[in-house]
Amino acid sequence: MNVLSCENVGINFGGLKAVNDFNLTIDEGELIGLIGPNGAGKTTVFNLITGVYTPTEGTIKLQGVPINGQKPHLIVHQGIARTFQNIRLFSHLTVLENLKIAQNKDMSYSPFSGMLRLGKYWQEEKESTEKAIEILDVFDMTKFAYQAANSLPYGAQRKLEIARAMATDPKLLLLDEPAAGMNPTETDELMDTIMLIRNEFGITTLLIEHDMRLVLGICERLTVLNYGEILAEGNPREIINDPKVIEAYLGKGE
Amino acid sequence: MPREKRITYLINLSLIILLFAIITILEAAGIFAGYMMSILRLVTINIILATSLNITVGNLGQITLGHAGFMSIGAYTAGLFAKNIGLAGVPGYLIGLLLAGLFAALFGVAIGVPVLRLRGDYLAIVTLAFGEIIRVLIEYFDFTGGAQGLNGIPRMQNFTVMYFVAALSVALMYSIMTSRHGRAILSIREDEIASESSGINVTFYKTMAFTLSSFFAGIAGAMHAHNIGTIGAGDFGYNRSFDILVMVVLGGMGSFTGAVLSATVLTIVPEMLREFADYRMIIYSLLLIIIMIFRPEGLLGRKEFHITNVINRLKKKFGKSPPKPVSVSPKPDAAEKFDRTDSSSKGRGT
Repeated sequence: MNVLSCENVGINFGGLKAVNDFNLTIDEGELIGLIGPNGAGKTTVFNLITGVYTPTEGTIKLQGVPINGQKPHLIVHQGIARTFQNIRLFSHLTVLENLKIAQNKDMSYSPFSGMLRLGKYWQEEKESTEKAIEILDVFDMTKFAYQAANSLPYGAQRKLEIARAMATDPKLLLLDEPAAGMNPTETDELMDTIMLIRNEFGITTLLIEHDMRLVLGICERLTVLNYGEILAEGNPREIINDPKVIEAYLGKGE
Repeated sequence: MPREKRITYLINLSLIILLFAIITILEAAGIFAGYMMSILRLVTINIILATSLNITVGNLGQITLGHAGFMSIGAYTAGLFAKNIGLAGVPGYLIGLLLAGLFAALFGVAIGVPVLRLRGDYLAIVTLAFGEIIRVLIEYFDFTGGAQGLNGIPRMQNFTVMYFVAALSVALMYSIMTSRHGRAILSIREDEIASESSGINVTFYKTMAFTLSSFFAGIAGAMHAHNIGTIGAGDFGYNRSFDILVMVVLGGMGSFTGAVLSATVLTIVPEMLREFADYRMIIYSLLLIIIMIFRPEGLLGRKEFHITNVINRLKKKFGKSPPKPVSVSPKPDAAEKFDRTDSSSKGRGT
């Protein structure tokens, strides 16, 4: 079954067509890469899917239900979580709090319950902490639980952002350049983490990445974007040998 | 409720009562004369004002300069209620306080919804303007007593009641700020975009923070009205808003204990400086400048003062029972302890 389907999606900023006629369907459990030169519109596609921008054309469906035009937080509630190109954590809060904030949507006690510390408060807070610790265990980050997010090493901060996205209990995970600024060892670790999410939780994943080693190492299918349009699609090995793709990245030889 | 928490609550409650007992004894012994008691009454009001502003400025991370406006709405609500309907005694007083809070909160929602679309400097200026509009409207209408102000509000200078209202208010604000709603508000301060993409309804929680803040400002205003007996719109100008903001900044933005501490210090110090007459405001300003140079993050920064932490530290020092480790694995209760290890205030754009 399709988890996500984009049908002829496009957006104009004034006269500029940032993304045009974008089509993509992702089946359940797939791990797909979105690549393309700088400025190709990859992050714009993410912003369209997550509701930051409203598409001017086309529809985006999550499990067959149209979601375009909805507010970003409601799209999260329906099951799309994302990370950012430049890490965006709740820096001064602890790792655990970071995850518990993402679980807010699954908690239901009222402000009065919170104010007066009624039974429901204790119960839900306990459940939420337990669930957060479970997620941290999977990511092998339990030792950081009570540390401020900004005191973590870079690689761990990246991981925490993914863990936070996982805490919203998503159906689809969007990773925007997860390996940016990482050294090869950290990238290896990240690849393990992404595979773990796939195998352990069976989450469908779409990722933007420039690091070809990572893309070729884990993605099952690639979509290449150039000037806001799809340039090529298919098997990673074929894609990187596609003359059109090479031209888009490197330019044409004489 | 976990046992550990129950003990913490009991300790806190007994400390609050202990402090009250000390003040009462000092008063009975004649050491705290009437003048000192009147300052302490001001302290209770200022504590509520500072902690309530801390919700928007410290926790939500939005600078607002119209806090005195909400205070004035509370003051006039309670004043008019007491004069026109007037229930006697402490219950009447408390009902007046509650009404004042609710009415101020209503204004908080009405002003917050349009205004909170802005942020940073723009928000500061617009809230400043709203504060002034409220002041001018109060002077304009007749039922508020106009420019002459509202006289003859029944005086209620019972320190016991004021002390416990303040303690309860701070406790309620603190506990909501450490619940899921408070965490959502904190996440907006940390990173609005990340907050939204973690499923937080940013508009809703911004309004909630603003409303809570104005609710308690209204209560403080009502206490002020009953304490003074005569109020005028001029009492609630932007000068007062700035005074409250100074308390929050000095205490450390985002710290409730810091706000309580600095509200106390900044109320008592200017009074004690009275003997220096003309030099009073110079000394006061110098003091502020010096504190901000040496502790730019405020007295407590973002940290909270926890009595349990002190006890744990003492235990550690004297080798009794092992200190609470930051034990992880499924041990959820420790999660409730809000231990902000970070005190640097870098990257805290307004």
